[in-house]
Amino acid sequence: MRNTPGVRNGAVIQVEDVHKYYDLGETRVHALRGVSIRIEPGEFVAIMGASGSGKSTFMNIVGCLDKPTQGRYLLEGIEVSSLSKSDLAAIRNRKIGFVFQGFNLLSRTTALENVELPTLYARVSKQEGQKRSRQALELVGLGDRMLHFPSQLSGGQQQRVAIARALVNRPSILLADEPTGNLDSRTSVEIMGIFQKLNQDGLTIVLVTHEPDVAQFAKRSVHFRDGRIRRDEPVLNRPSAADVLKNMPTLED
Amino acid sequence: MDLLAIIRIAMRALARNKLRSSLTMLGIIIGVGAVIAMVSVGQGAQQQAQQQIAALGSNMLFVGAGTVNRGGMHMGWGATKSLVYDDMKAIQRECQAVQAAAPGSTTSTQVVFGNDNWATQITGTEPQYFDIRSWPMAEGSSFTQADVDSAANVAVIGETVRKNLFGATDPLGQTIRINNLPFRVTGVLTPKGTAAAMGNDQDDTVLVPITTLQKKITGQDWLRWIMVSAVSREGSYAAQQQITALLRDRHRIRPGQDDDFFVRNLADMAELADQQSRLFTILLASIASISLLVGGIGIMNIMLVSVTERTREIGVRMAIGATEGDVQQQFLTEAVVLSLLGGVIGIVLGLTASYLITQTLGWPVLVSATAILIAVIFSMGVGIFFGYYPARKAARLDPIEALRYE
Repeated sequence: MRNTPGVRNGAVIQVEDVHKYYDLGETRVHALRGVSIRIEPGEFVAIMGASGSGKSTFMNIVGCLDKPTQGRYLLEGIEVSSLSKSDLAAIRNRKIGFVFQGFNLLSRTTALENVELPTLYARVSKQEGQKRSRQALELVGLGDRMLHFPSQLSGGQQQRVAIARALVNRPSILLADEPTGNLDSRTSVEIMGIFQKLNQDGLTIVLVTHEPDVAQFAKRSVHFRDGRIRRDEPVLNRPSAADVLKNMPTLED
Repeated sequence: MDLLAIIRIAMRALARNKLRSSLTMLGIIIGVGAVIAMVSVGQGAQQQAQQQIAALGSNMLFVGAGTVNRGGMHMGWGATKSLVYDDMKAIQRECQAVQAAAPGSTTSTQVVFGNDNWATQITGTEPQYFDIRSWPMAEGSSFTQADVDSAANVAVIGETVRKNLFGATDPLGQTIRINNLPFRVTGVLTPKGTAAAMGNDQDDTVLVPITTLQKKITGQDWLRWIMVSAVSREGSYAAQQQITALLRDRHRIRPGQDDDFFVRNLADMAELADQQSRLFTILLASIASISLLVGGIGIMNIMLVSVTERTREIGVRMAIGATEGDVQQQFLTEAVVLSLLGGVIGIVLGLTASYLITQTLGWPVLVSATAILIAVIFSMGVGIFFGYYPARKAARLDPIEALRYE
């Protein structure tokens, strides 16, 4: 697809004056009131804000699950708002990796098969899909638990399976929606460590969280309030998750 | 995604809830099983009826002595004395559609051999009777035209009579006594079985020359019936008309007057029996297909529950790249796999049931390939038809809503 003229090339995500309304009968809910942001390759952005601030709507639009009512959204230079539903599905499949708060793994399905799922929809061959899935699971440190069911894994391990699933089709961005919301603080730091490592290797990450403790591991933080970006600043004194982990007391089980 | 992968995913989803899947399949299993069993039984009955009619003789017409109204008293069939030997000769001579005719008269009496005796039907006829009825000898030979001409004391016996009078003894050449007269047994007929159309055991009979019966046993010189074979099955209708016209003329029946005889066409009876058993099959099959319909509704019900239950899963699948088509295909495949698997099990069950039923009734086993094919196509159709709406519902889900669903 051709890049839209007048737009500087290179950005992974380019959002221009995006609005989103929901019509609920008589009332109109204004979820986004003109949001513009550029995210360059290799960035690690934390999206912060209280509930109702518009950050979830923003994430849905960035994740191609929803379309803006007004404004433009370009993913790797491609105007997404004009695409059909099945084209959007293909974009979600190949360019975006999702990590959810609730892990959202298929029950009674092994870790490996869960990770394989996006490769099935990408029409990748069985062998290639399995190879990639093994690699992805090894990358998140679960090489020895590929044939475990989600019920046999801890919360942190389940979230790692979900991260492996998000990475298996080698997306341009990883979108994580409160990925540590269901995890204890130590496991949260572990997951952030994985994110930092992936980011170091060049992966662009956008992370939604309301916890400043989690957001501090990102390189840039963006604050939403009332459907607008209120603050957009680099994270200063960014700690390494690996170092934090070393200084954390191990929990007694 | 290739078909194999889709089927694999569907199977895995169904395996996650084995009890529910098998209960859902049960509806289809019973439906398909019932259709197969009922169609097989119906076709077995049809075959049986056809065989029985064929056993009566091919292209056969039965001319019977008719009823008569004697001074206001209505007599039953066979009461008239007007059907005579010359009528038979005339039919043979003058009706073009007639191939052969044999006269007949019957009486019931006791037959004795040694210390055994047996009450049976004595039929007097001529040798061509056995050809007309396509009824060959199992042993020995029939009496001859010469035996008829000389009113000889010879007899041909049916299988039932042989069993009851002779047991293990070889009946050929033995002497049996009918009305205290000695008769030499010249032949034993092949068993024909019970005729459903007649309702009696055809093998429970002794046949003697018509002249012998008339002169030495009954003392009557008229006939009870004439057995006629037409030149072909189609020709039997022409034969029926020709015989009716001829006999009315010979018996001097004026137009408007009732016949004093009747002509029964076995082609008619065959057709009637055919029609009845076809109706029977359709009736059974339609009752059985209702259970197939109920099974289909069961599938739809479970698929709807499944879609609701797995809303989150659908949301996740959509988020990681499943298109509407992928989701629809997945749920449709699950429904079809359910119904098809149920169909296959139902076929096995239906075949077993029909085998048992036909064995019990002694009918021929008819494994109808058409019925199996229809069952497979039908159960697949049920899966597609009743799976479509739930699958559509799943595919139409909004991924954001689906992901938020608790």
